[in-house]
Amino acid sequence: MLKQFVMGLAVVGGLSGGALALSATALSSAAFAQEPKAGGVINAVIQPEPPGLMMGIVQNGPTQMVSGNIYEGLLRYGPKLEPLPGLAESWTVSEDGKVYTFKLRKGVTWHDGKPFTSADVAFSIEFLKQTHARARGNLAQLDKVETPDETTVVFTLKQPFGPFIGIFEVGSLPMIPKHVYEGTDFKTNPANNTPIGTGPFMFKEWQKGSFIRLVKNPNYYIKGKPNLDEIYWHVIPDAAARSVAFETGKVDVLPGGSVENFDVPRLSKLKNVCVTGAGWEFFSPHSWLWLNNRSGPTANKKFRQAVMFAIDRNFAKDVIWNGLGKVATGPSASSIKYYTDAVTKYDFDPAKAKALLKEAGYNGEKVRLLPLPYGETWQRWAEAVKQNLQDVGINIEMVATDVPGWNQKTADWDYDIAFTYLYQYGDPALGVGRNYISSQIVKGSPFNNVEGYNNPEIDQLFADGAVAFPDSKRQEIYTKAQKILTDDVPVAWLLELQFPTITRCNVKNLVTTAIGVNDGFRDAWIEK
Amino acid sequence: MLAFIAQRIGKAVIVLLAIVVLNFVLIRMAPGDPALVMAGEAGAGDQIFLAQLREKFGLDQPLPVQLFLYVKGIVSLDLGFSFRQQMPVSKLIVDRLPATLLLTGTAFAISLAFGVLFGTLAARRAGSWTDTAITILALIFYATPLFWVALMAILLFSVTMDWLPSFGYETVGANYTGLAHVLDVGAHLIMPATTIGLFFMATYARMTRASMLEVKRLDFVKTARAKGLREAVIQRRHVLRNALLPVVTLAGLQAGTLVGGAVLTETVFAWPGIGRLMYEALLQRDYNLLLGVFVVCSAMVLAFNLITDLIYRSVDPRIEFAA
Repeated sequence: MLKQFVMGLAVVGGLSGGALALSATALSSAAFAQEPKAGGVINAVIQPEPPGLMMGIVQNGPTQMVSGNIYEGLLRYGPKLEPLPGLAESWTVSEDGKVYTFKLRKGVTWHDGKPFTSADVAFSIEFLKQTHARARGNLAQLDKVETPDETTVVFTLKQPFGPFIGIFEVGSLPMIPKHVYEGTDFKTNPANNTPIGTGPFMFKEWQKGSFIRLVKNPNYYIKGKPNLDEIYWHVIPDAAARSVAFETGKVDVLPGGSVENFDVPRLSKLKNVCVTGAGWEFFSPHSWLWLNNRSGPTANKKFRQAVMFAIDRNFAKDVIWNGLGKVATGPSASSIKYYTDAVTKYDFDPAKAKALLKEAGYNGEKVRLLPLPYGETWQRWAEAVKQNLQDVGINIEMVATDVPGWNQKTADWDYDIAFTYLYQYGDPALGVGRNYISSQIVKGSPFNNVEGYNNPEIDQLFADGAVAFPDSKRQEIYTKAQKILTDDVPVAWLLELQFPTITRCNVKNLVTTAIGVNDGFRDAWIEK
Repeated sequence: MLAFIAQRIGKAVIVLLAIVVLNFVLIRMAPGDPALVMAGEAGAGDQIFLAQLREKFGLDQPLPVQLFLYVKGIVSLDLGFSFRQQMPVSKLIVDRLPATLLLTGTAFAISLAFGVLFGTLAARRAGSWTDTAITILALIFYATPLFWVALMAILLFSVTMDWLPSFGYETVGANYTGLAHVLDVGAHLIMPATTIGLFFMATYARMTRASMLEVKRLDFVKTARAKGLREAVIQRRHVLRNALLPVVTLAGLQAGTLVGGAVLTETVFAWPGIGRLMYEALLQRDYNLLLGVFVVCSAMVLAFNLITDLIYRSVDPRIEFAA
């Protein structure tokens, strides 16, 4: 007999879907001590303009930010990455960690009125395997999907895959309507321009170059939600103009990264303005410097360690990021699973850096530094790092590029030191391992092991960690991997980033989950 | 005259084709491609994903084949498909055209009308304080970068005084109709149009002034004066008309760029025009879109050069159509 591991608030409380909705409302009421008010319009900023809104086809940040309102996943995740009910109201995992059974909410409909069923879930899996690079990787251990009835979905894995319960947020695995896409060419289906999901808001209008308009889904399955009537996403290409739009009251929400960091303190001092760094726990954007392990001074471990000691990361956090974020201790962000800080520490110590450079035999060769061309904040950070490295005697040459140029240079390994940041998706198997395992040393992509670090022991640890069971075993493996990596310094970790979300204080409950504004404005409301 | 026009059009077609080929090669020499950019935005790009995108965009074909297919498309008036926007390039350009023409057309009208007016005023009162004031202001507007003027205008008229909207083409969600809509668009238009207009106004004013002062000294003006013509008639019929040729040249050049919009101004004011489309296409290496905008802009420049030549003839009948 299978021992069932029961998870999820709904099942723990023995509640039905309807009761769950009540329970969730009660929880949020208690938490915020205010009753949400219905009605109102939110004006938010979206930058850059997304190339499309069909989340199954386009997976970039702006698309998710807008379409996280239109589409939904089976699960949502709380700030500690605990799974919460989404389109699935409960779920169980078999004792051997290979069978996941999801019970779907009843009475859910697509925006065109058709019912959402388990067939849509099975279809979405097949759809996303074809179109969604990250989903393809996440589903590599999936053996089969079964749909015994309309509200039950059973995922059977080839072997236990610890991160599996963490792959169901809306951006990683959005649910796609089978009746719209079955038998069509997914990428050219005209429905891609009028996305249909199950989410709290429906697509209404997109004036390219100006705005995207979403309206309330009147048939949303949680009674009384969403609270807002409409959302306008304004496309304003210039960062200074976005700040002004907020300052003059034309927009109410600046999602993380919308304005330059140096504008944040000024905007946050305005009347009725609130700032939060929450809502990035799932993505855990982690920044580091790629150090080319293949050739030049950066191929020497002592040189790489010297770089770690030479950089004043607290300065970057306090001055360039206005105190938001956290100094990174190693390859994993502290907000993701199996993190440990019991690793070699690299405090700012220029003297130690100089000594290590001497040991490394560095004799002033030119070292090319490639900043991340994402605006003024990153440019200033690169200048600060350049100064830190010059101070300990490293001969730095800054190489300017635009975004496509940066992609090309890093993908072709044509750099010595390069800034980057990547999402970690809550689990080392999803967002950390890809940066250090040797099978990910593939030219032509800037999102893998670009530094060229090659350590068979690390390869084995990440291979074992992904499929180890139970959690205690995974913790043990990933702790060891983090220790080895922080000793070897394949890259120079900088900060665990937090992108401030800036809002009017009377916009409530905007950020409630681990993906913040990317999870839709289902719970948001405006205090009149 | 018809032979002249036919010959000019023939030459223009050759120039346009050369522009297409040159731009095609130049943009592909820039590092990065649209597949890498889109994979970057997705934060994940395995080889299958990149290969899929490159195949979809036709980027997996050899460069000469890509060029041949593109030129073949252009010859049949097909500007291709935008990789990123998932739309035909011609539709994207046509959609943005009204906003761009409104902005650049207004700026053109403001700059030409006021530029010639101020230039004439300065020339008629050469050496007076009016002349000095106009000359200094023209110099300042000519020398100040557009984006700085735009940002200062936003700071003053939007943030401090709250008189004018700082971004967009209209008030989103207000759904104005009729006169209210016209006024709303007008309010959004004032700052960007003036920002662009100031630079060209300064140019026209300086050029009109200089040209008029030169013409004023010529013998036929003395003759006109000796005939006893009124000063206003001399200035209008004899001086201004003869002084306008360089202004017409410049106006022709500016008119040719109307369709291309104004990259910086449209970006700062979030004006949904072609200039911004071009800027974003460049950053995203949206080859077809960028080339499409270039082709249309180049065609407009060539067309307006021809029109300018024809206007020369009517302004100054001494100019003949030489083939």
